Amino acid sequence: MTMEVALEDNNLMEKVLPPDEQEIDVELEAKEKKYLRGEGANLETLKDKKLKTQLASREKLYGKSAKAAAKIEKWLLPASAGYLETDGLEKTWRVKQTDIAKEVDILSSRNQYDIVLPDFGPYKLDFTASGRHMLAGGRKGHLALVDMMSMNLIKEIQVRETVRDVAFLHNDQFFAAAQKKYSYIYARDGTELHCLKERGPVARLRFLKNHFLLASVNKIGQLHYQDVTYGDMVASIRTGKGRTDVMEVNPYNGVVALGHSGGTVTMWKPTSQAPLVQMQCHPGPVSSVAFHPNGHLMATSGKERKLKIWDLRKFEEVQTIHGFHAKTLSFSQKGLLAAGTGSFVQVLGDSSGDYSRYMSHSMVKGYQIEKVMFRPYEDVLGIGHSMGWSSVLIPGSGEPNFDSWVANPFETTKQRREKEVHLLLDKLPPETIMLDPSKIGAMRPSRRKERPTRGEIEAEKEVAVEAAKGVELKKKTKGRNKPSKRTKKKKELVENVKKTFPEQEQGAAGKKRRIGEDAAADLPSSLKRFARKN
Amino acid sequence: MRIKTISRSVDEFTRERSQDLQRVFHNFDPSLRPMEKAVEYQRALTAAKLEKIFARPFVGAMDGHRDGISCMAKNPNYLKGIFSASMDGDIRLWDIATSRRTVCQFPGHLGAVRGLTVSTDGNVLVSCGTDCNVRLWSVPRPSLEDSDLSSEKSTEVVHSICGLYLQECVILSFTSRAVDHQFEGDLFATAGAQLDIWNHNRSQPVQSFTSGSHSVISVRFNPGEPDILATSSGDNHISIYDIRMSSAARKILMRTKTNSIAWNPMEPMNFTAANEDGNCYSFDGRKNEEAKCVHKDHVSAVMDIDFSPTGREFVTGSYDRSVRIFPYNGGHSREIYHTKRMQRVFCVKYSSDATYVISGSDDTNLRLWKAKASEQLGVILPREQKKHEYNEAVKNRYKHLPEIKRIVRHRHLPKPIYKAKAESRAMNDAKRRKDDRRKAHSAPGTVVTESHRTRRIIKEVE
Repeated sequence: MTMEVALEDNNLMEKVLPPDEQEIDVELEAKEKKYLRGEGANLETLKDKKLKTQLASREKLYGKSAKAAAKIEKWLLPASAGYLETDGLEKTWRVKQTDIAKEVDILSSRNQYDIVLPDFGPYKLDFTASGRHMLAGGRKGHLALVDMMSMNLIKEIQVRETVRDVAFLHNDQFFAAAQKKYSYIYARDGTELHCLKERGPVARLRFLKNHFLLASVNKIGQLHYQDVTYGDMVASIRTGKGRTDVMEVNPYNGVVALGHSGGTVTMWKPTSQAPLVQMQCHPGPVSSVAFHPNGHLMATSGKERKLKIWDLRKFEEVQTIHGFHAKTLSFSQKGLLAAGTGSFVQVLGDSSGDYSRYMSHSMVKGYQIEKVMFRPYEDVLGIGHSMGWSSVLIPGSGEPNFDSWVANPFETTKQRREKEVHLLLDKLPPETIMLDPSKIGAMRPSRRKERPTRGEIEAEKEVAVEAAKGVELKKKTKGRNKPSKRTKKKKELVENVKKTFPEQEQGAAGKKRRIGEDAAADLPSSLKRFARKN
Repeated sequence: MRIKTISRSVDEFTRERSQDLQRVFHNFDPSLRPMEKAVEYQRALTAAKLEKIFARPFVGAMDGHRDGISCMAKNPNYLKGIFSASMDGDIRLWDIATSRRTVCQFPGHLGAVRGLTVSTDGNVLVSCGTDCNVRLWSVPRPSLEDSDLSSEKSTEVVHSICGLYLQECVILSFTSRAVDHQFEGDLFATAGAQLDIWNHNRSQPVQSFTSGSHSVISVRFNPGEPDILATSSGDNHISIYDIRMSSAARKILMRTKTNSIAWNPMEPMNFTAANEDGNCYSFDGRKNEEAKCVHKDHVSAVMDIDFSPTGREFVTGSYDRSVRIFPYNGGHSREIYHTKRMQRVFCVKYSSDATYVISGSDDTNLRLWKAKASEQLGVILPREQKKHEYNEAVKNRYKHLPEIKRIVRHRHLPKPIYKAKAESRAMNDAKRRKDDRRKAHSAPGTVVTESHRTRRIIKEVE
């Protein structure tokens, strides 16, 4: 008796958890969903028992690994995200950088600075994937490669030409600059490695990391994709929409989006000459485009001083923000949106569902902002402007925990070399760029060949008959060229063509009666095909 | 106002001394890894290609016999040695590890040696042959010094022995076709015109089973139950005997004769029979009406079969000059080994560490193959091991997709086998089409399709 009671107690204990553990359970379940990456397969439709049991055990394993990953996220990650919380009446967007500097530690306050270089024109920025190195390119030809952790200037060169855009290749060892007539690829120590003549004068340069493709749009509006591992020009596409210098890459699927002066945003992949998607986003020219890292959201800004947020799954507008003309846009890893206009930067956050003002920063009046870009894995926003570049703190914008195998800000030389080799081994072919990358590795549902409709058959028939009528018969000699024979021959030709098209169904008043469906059930299986199918 | 920003101190994220390991941090968030599926597919493709690049299964051939090899035996106690016997009565013990040489010979048989087996403690070797002899030999203990010494010794040994190892010789009145030793105990069975159970110390059989007019071709003791054995006879029967009973416990009549039987060491109630029609049939020993699985891939008669010690795979050698490795529950082979020089394969063995497969064939050679063709032999670092496991797993995840399937499935077949398979495929397709049409044009229920598992079984007796 006592044994039974003890066992019952144990069972009860398992079912009812203390309330704080219940909360944790719910939290863990929410996190688990993220790691499950969608729903499991529907195994009920399978008839093969062996396959069913094999797939069921696999699905169980997926569940277990998702649970383990959720637990690790909860307990084992070393750092937590930044935040900015105000109490009461204070608004977050009134908090200035100087106030922030008072509250945070020394290491973070080192990330707030202004570098003034008035002679070399508006600066464009680029960061490496790990956020450790930064490349600044001034319009008047100044290129500078900086190590952000030690604030070391690694190399600066003056190319003595206009530089319109700069981009890192797969790591900090190589970078590309779009100069006056051609684009050039430089090594880390400033040596010019390649001159990319085929592209012409380039307005924007972007690098697709997984595919090792350097994408650019030039002054004529042509889009070029070049594989930088062996130098082949994979695609050169004439967009047909004229000159544009608004180009961004969607990190989720590798698709390139161009913004045009007519207000359309087109999306391209290297394997097709026609755009994947054309969206009419603004009544006037599109100034800037930016993609959320999860691939579902796109922000565009137009010259009519509106900023629109689009959902890319349905291609619908989610939100419009009025008020300012954003020359440059950037999304952070955590989903904050920075918009730069004139000498003013606004940072919008979606903590309340929609994007609303989170923080702002205004610079000295004369500084015209050229580019804003969030630094990966840090709470820092880099601003390139006409008098140099600056960096401000935006708490809560960066991903606090990096994965050493994906991007490691504390990389050693050996690790960098190994990673380069692995990146090259995992290089994706350009055919894998598509709007929905989860389709890779999935089975395509088999489609039966559909019969052409009646209208289509009729149209084909008419075309063939016309062709037959248009055939010129050879004029025969020696008395064989009688007109009656000629017309007979022509009629035969047309009739032959008509014969090749099968006769259409007669309808209810046809000669042969078809067996009704109720009678079909009594027929043996070989005769069942003669029963009328409705 | 509460503010917190990300600030990482360098000490936390880098190592202190150069002797320390580098610190590695993980974040499994999928949003950090765009296009992970495409990258995984690319890795699977690379893994499949690498596997094919490193697939070199042939390790070596052991030359020495002067006539085709008729049977082999594994010593359960000594991993590196294997016994083989040829059609001219020559029995040798080979060292297959480093030297691949004959360690010693057991001369004495006058005709072909038909069966070879070793007792479980590894001391006694039993052989039987067409000269109506059953001989018991004592197996020399391997010395502590390894193969170098043994290779020197072998030259001496070959010349000097003369019945040095022979323990006993029993003369029967008929030729015996096969012999097998019990797993625990002192009994062994010989198969010939009748099935005899012998004890080491007696010169008369302890028990005899007669089964009709045809002789018993092969015999195999069950690894789990010491008193049960399976035999196959020339009149297409497979019989399961219990030594404690006086007649067969079960009999299955098939359409063609079974050349060899092997019990699954991990599931001792199941056995697989290698049949003359080119298929292998796995049976559950307790339920014999239908085969559990039909393994079809050989083109000609399957001569011998042996299970891996893991119980998950078995290797078969066939008359069509090839050796195939099958999964225990799958219908088709996962691997085929063939060479121009290897002629009809008469016996195969899976080594006791599940790494190698040994085949003995008509061209007087024993050949040593790797069980997994692209395996790296020797000591593997844990990092390498993990990488191999990852490659295997990612390849298995995408192996049904066309590009990868084509690479994983590809095997070069010798022309006769390729043509024979194409022909048999065409014949089977035609037969199936005709059967389907016959079924469609007759009254429903009159024509019944037989499943493959019962097709070749005529009946079960008792």
